[in-house]
Amino acid sequence: MLSGKMELLDIDSEEIMNSIRKAASPPEDAEDWVTIYVMGKPYRVPAGLTIMKALEYAGYRFIRGSGCRAGFCGACATIYRKRDEYRFRTALACQTTVEDGMYLAQIPFVPANKAVYDLEKIEFTSNTLLEYYPEIARCVSCNTCTKSCPQELDVMYYIQAGLRGDVERVAELSFDCIQCGLCTLRCPAEIQHYHMAQLARRLYGKYIQKKSPWLVHRLKEIERGMYKKGYEILKNLLEKDPEKFRKIYESRVRESEEKRIKDPWEKEVE
Amino acid sequence: MALKLIRGYPEYMRESIELVEKTRPERIKNKEKEIELKLSMDERDKLLNMFHPDYAPGGKRSLRIGPNEGDIVPNEVADILEAWPAIDPDSIDLAEIDFDVDILIIGGGGAGTVAALWAVYEGISPENILIATKLRHGDANSMMAQGGIQAADRPWDSPVLHYLDAMGGGHFANKHELVKALTEDAPFIIKWHEELGVMYDKDEKGNFIERWGGGTSRMRLHSAKDYTGMEIMRVIRDEARNLGIPVLEFTPGVELLTTDDGEIGGAVLWNMETKEYYVVRAKATVLATGGWGRLHIRGFPTTNHYGATADGLVMAYRAGARLRDLDSVQYHPTGAAYPEQIVGLLITEKVRGMGATPVNRYGEPFVFPLEPRDVEAAAFIRECYARGNCVRTPTGMRGVWLDSPMIEELRGKGTIRKNLDAMYRMYKRFGIDMTQDPILVFPTLHYQNGGVEINANAQVIKADGTPYPRFFAGGEVEGGVHGKNRLMGNSLLDYNVFGRRAGISAARVAKSRGKPSTLSLAHVKKYAAIMETLNVPKHRRSPILLPDYRGRKVIERKIDLPVLL
Ligand SMILES: Cc1cc2nc3c(=O)[nH]c(=O)nc-3n(C[C@H](O)[C@H](O)[C@H](O)COP(=O)(O)OP(=O)(O)OC[C@H]3O[C@@H](n4cnc5c(N)ncnc54)[C@H](O)[C@@H]3O)c2cc1C
Ligand code: SF4
Ligand code: SF4
Ligand code: FES
Repeated sequence: MLSGKMELLDIDSEEIMNSIRKAASPPEDAEDWVTIYVMGKPYRVPAGLTIMKALEYAGYRFIRGSGCRAGFCGACATIYRKRDEYRFRTALACQTTVEDGMYLAQIPFVPANKAVYDLEKIEFTSNTLLEYYPEIARCVSCNTCTKSCPQELDVMYYIQAGLRGDVERVAELSFDCIQCGLCTLRCPAEIQHYHMAQLARRLYGKYIQKKSPWLVHRLKEIERGMYKKGYEILKNLLEKDPEKFRKIYESRVRESEEKRIKDPWEKEVE
Repeated sequence: MALKLIRGYPEYMRESIELVEKTRPERIKNKEKEIELKLSMDERDKLLNMFHPDYAPGGKRSLRIGPNEGDIVPNEVADILEAWPAIDPDSIDLAEIDFDVDILIIGGGGAGTVAALWAVYEGISPENILIATKLRHGDANSMMAQGGIQAADRPWDSPVLHYLDAMGGGHFANKHELVKALTEDAPFIIKWHEELGVMYDKDEKGNFIERWGGGTSRMRLHSAKDYTGMEIMRVIRDEARNLGIPVLEFTPGVELLTTDDGEIGGAVLWNMETKEYYVVRAKATVLATGGWGRLHIRGFPTTNHYGATADGLVMAYRAGARLRDLDSVQYHPTGAAYPEQIVGLLITEKVRGMGATPVNRYGEPFVFPLEPRDVEAAAFIRECYARGNCVRTPTGMRGVWLDSPMIEELRGKGTIRKNLDAMYRMYKRFGIDMTQDPILVFPTLHYQNGGVEINANAQVIKADGTPYPRFFAGGEVEGGVHGKNRLMGNSLLDYNVFGRRAGISAARVAKSRGKPSTLSLAHVKKYAAIMETLNVPKHRRSPILLPDYRGRKVIERKIDLPVLL
């Protein structure tokens, strides 16, 4: 194994930082170019950019249509067709590479109604999803939602599971949903998939998953003031003897995966 | 000609991947021995001094204005603090109030949403709250967290140990009362999430499956696959919608409003679409605008969302709030370095937590995988820029390998898809299968360690050290909780703990006090006058609201015609 230990090197830290800045800035020129059509208008952009970065390169500055820029928020739902292809495609602009001949439009907003509920008071039965989202009964099993999902989720299956009242299955199948709304936009039965899935996941988390017993125990300890003294001792040390505080920090023992170690601050361990 | 790719990588990178594969069996066998690479405190310091962007000279300067005059901050931060106000105070009519509310919350990410919920729980009626946010509700760093949230709830763990870990991680510069609140409230926050129906990963008894986070002495990272942030954010947003809390989207705060008795009494908002401004008067104001990643400090790529431009720091500073620990910037060691489309995006620390080891181009380990983030990042930079043991990408980035297939070997086939599906999916979209091949990483700008100083009630601290009675902050915008360096999993916790405390404190003030006195932008005028004396160039204005990524050529040829204004 290589040593990770320090050795003295003849280096210029500032120069290193400048090289990093240079390496990370967008390349000045590109070798490969493609033409994309932004709502019909052609623009030549470097190949290998995401749709989002290509639009920016072309001169667009987003207000809507750009959120996390990393595939987590669903703000950048995009629809497109490729030249000479009948297929209607959907994508996340921040997670899809531009291709030559893409005809693009962004869908920064999808109108959809969320049911309002009080999770504490909901009477959870196998009918709950249907009760709040009765339109799921209209599903014609066309699978368009699944085909349009940029997360490649089995959207139709989770709608079907919802219909059966199988909340656990909906929660599991829809877990990676980023709520972009593309399925909802495409559904001929006017179903609002992602809102139903949100309710299902919350029902699962609240009523099906078991509550943690350890957590309850810890909350009681905190309420009893069990850790007050520990905090107090450390506070005093921090103010009066920072060196000792540091020592205590450095002497912490790391939990080993096999063998649980006893907590130095805890008198009773169950 | 486009570069030919073999399963996502050009041929020359494949050669290095073969070396990584060669050393893999040995490394797996010796996984437990990696701890030997762990650095002592002295060695850490030396490494940081030479290779961490925060310590390398040339990146910072001292502030010439305001409560923190003389403090050293990154140039990019000084640029927005020493800047002309974006609005002209004389063009705002404060006599006409558009929204007259109990509580104004600026920022609709995690902290803002939690504050709103707890204000309602505390008895404020939802229609007397207003969340004003820059993008959509939930377009925020909070949505993006993958790894998890820390809380000491296992029998062999303790909130006090959590406290120690956080203090040490922060180089002992953290504020005691804040770290105590953070760690002592943590189990309670997780309980609240349980009741809201957040789907954490659990075992058959209902206890949480907990993992390692860097710099901690216990496995206490609670996660929801690798969509932890999204799962929490979408649940609390759903709850805010159920309660009917009003949210104004695409309408950022651009300046706070002060009052003649030295208070904060609301803010000026700006509708980015219609360009109209709104005056909000509030009995209590909560700042929850998140971090600064999109300032691209030192030119680094970032993991942050589009709106992370430190607007909150600017607004609060102009109004007289004290900032702290802004000299320290968190770079996440593992940002994507390849392919170009995702450069800078986060590779969650969980990938290392679950067993993937960083190795150089020869497949050799060079650092303990779970050092605190700053140390880990500095070690990567050393490997790439001093020792040259890195892989260069076609666009000129350098990186080291994160050997993700180890996870499958250590924990069984399918572990990645089960626990790191977001990561898997991201790479798959660009032709790379991280269960089979390692991924290339380099540090990326990740977190604002410091910020607006608060106390344990989430009250913002003024220049003179006393708290504002009507002004609160929670989440990444505030400072003191994490000292000089935040540990993973403590910031999701931070926005919950201090978002909640801000919401409760704001509700109490709203219930016990009347409306603020006469609203004013005098502080902005005063600030502008100082900009004049400092010779700040006229085009430098803030808050900047959004970064500008338009192509250079377009910007050079762009003209504004005085007709379609
Ligand atoms: C990719 C990524 C992964 C992460 N992983 C983890 C992790 O695993 N564990 C962990 O603990 N932490 C993690 N973090 C950090 C954590 O997610 C954030 O620090 C935390 O969520 C911040 O919450 P917040 O509410 O303060 O800010 P945000 O969630 O960013 O919310 C701020 C909101 O304010 C809005 N806003 C900005 N300016 C204005 C303005 N002028 N007016 C109105 N609104 C404005 C923003 O658009 C945004 O919606 C991660 C962060 C990122 C980026
Ligand atoms: S698109 Fe609508 S109708 Fe078609 S399968 Fe999906 S839910 Fe059913
Ligand atoms: S299920 Fe629907 S809303 Fe969710 S990610 Fe897929 S297409 Fe988007
Ligand atoms: S911008 Fe968030 S998913 Fe694309």
